[in-house]
Amino acid sequence: MDETYEETMNIVIIDYGAGNIQSIKFAINRLGYEATLTHDVEEIQAADKVIFPGVGEASSAMKKLRASGVDVILSKLEQPVLGICLGMQLMCSFSEEGNTKGLGIFDVDVLRFSNGLKVPQIGWNKIENLKSELFKGLKDDYVYLVHSFYAPIDDEAIATSTYGLRYSTALKKDNFYGVQFHPEKSGDYGARILENFLKL
Amino acid sequence: MLAKRIIPCLDIKDGRTVKGVNFIDLRDAGDPVELAEIYSRAGADELVFLDISATEQKRKTLAELVYHVAEKVNIPFTVGGGIASIEDVDILLKNGADKVSINSSAVKNPQLINDLVAKFGSQCIVVAIDAKQIDGEWVVHLVGGKVPTDRKLFEWAKEVEQRGAGEILFTSMDHDGTKDGFANEALSELSDALNIPIIASGGAGTMQHFADTFIQGKADAALAASVFHFKEIEIKELKEALKKEDIPVRL
Repeated sequence: MDETYEETMNIVIIDYGAGNIQSIKFAINRLGYEATLTHDVEEIQAADKVIFPGVGEASSAMKKLRASGVDVILSKLEQPVLGICLGMQLMCSFSEEGNTKGLGIFDVDVLRFSNGLKVPQIGWNKIENLKSELFKGLKDDYVYLVHSFYAPIDDEAIATSTYGLRYSTALKKDNFYGVQFHPEKSGDYGARILENFLKL
Repeated sequence: MLAKRIIPCLDIKDGRTVKGVNFIDLRDAGDPVELAEIYSRAGADELVFLDISATEQKRKTLAELVYHVAEKVNIPFTVGGGIASIEDVDILLKNGADKVSINSSAVKNPQLINDLVAKFGSQCIVVAIDAKQIDGEWVVHLVGGKVPTDRKLFEWAKEVEQRGAGEILFTSMDHDGTKDGFANEALSELSDALNIPIIASGGAGTMQHFADTFIQGKADAALAASVFHFKEIEIKELKEALKKEDIPVRL
């Protein structure tokens, strides 16, 4: 029943009170899918695809995540999981922001931009060195970013950008993906990335 | 490399665009959602909606508009105009706005910046500053530049940064509407003094003005209204011209 697959795919956006998730829901709708907003552990575990968003400050977001109980199950999920922006950062080992211990899915410590750069980095930057099926059919192009902290490049990097220094704009480990940029706000290019994730 | 941003600004009254727009391909010239989609397709990097209505229905109408824009538009947008409380911001962000901009309310109650940043994060709090020169000094003004305050531009901008704002939208009332170019000297001074992005506003008339504000004014983004609404400048052509001057743009 391939033709009904899109309608029945169970997509969950984790709603733990950290960030603008309406835009992600709309972006998924524009691709012809529906998504559920929830912090219910069982619903998340039962999903085909899980999106882990987040904006704001790392330590308070991590507190909210713990309060929801989602922190315990997230790193054990086996379906494709996509962390967006702060969501990606919380999937790392540690963040300098509020000296926060993360979920430890990605083996990297998140650091603050320094060296006289304007912080936050706000706007469109190019992603390069694209790897993985998340960027299937896509060439280097601009994505929308808003962030003050970054993940240094390690062997989990599947995209890099340059802001004063080169850093990871996307990470992958097994079924876990993280993007520092906002695919839901990165025009048609971002929509393609989101679609690639949903088709994994 | 981070691209310089081009930002069309749409004035909104009672959920409709007010400034005349000259788009022959527009079905409904007053529909902000349709206009936003057109700008998004034309290559705008971001949009600003400035609500100038003063009705009791304002909040609800604006929140509904934000919802419909977020539904259709896949680039970031900022909403401003009369925002004065955590509740005002909360509903706009929940409905899908990426950022809000505050102006008079921040001047009257600077603590509001700290409160909004603590609740929502720096990344979504833009402080708009309107200023004009009086006896050689840049003085912050309210009510669209009509009412002078006792605050000076550079001191206020520094305070705004220290209170945690993520971005500053600086409009020179001396340049606004002149189509004579942006206030590049003041913009450059702001950019050197602060460590957060600065959006230039007021004075756009030609493509060269944009190049000048990015190079001389060191602006991170440039905002304009009528040159885009009346198609005096096409965003794509503008970006191609900027690229020729080695200014990084998203094309």
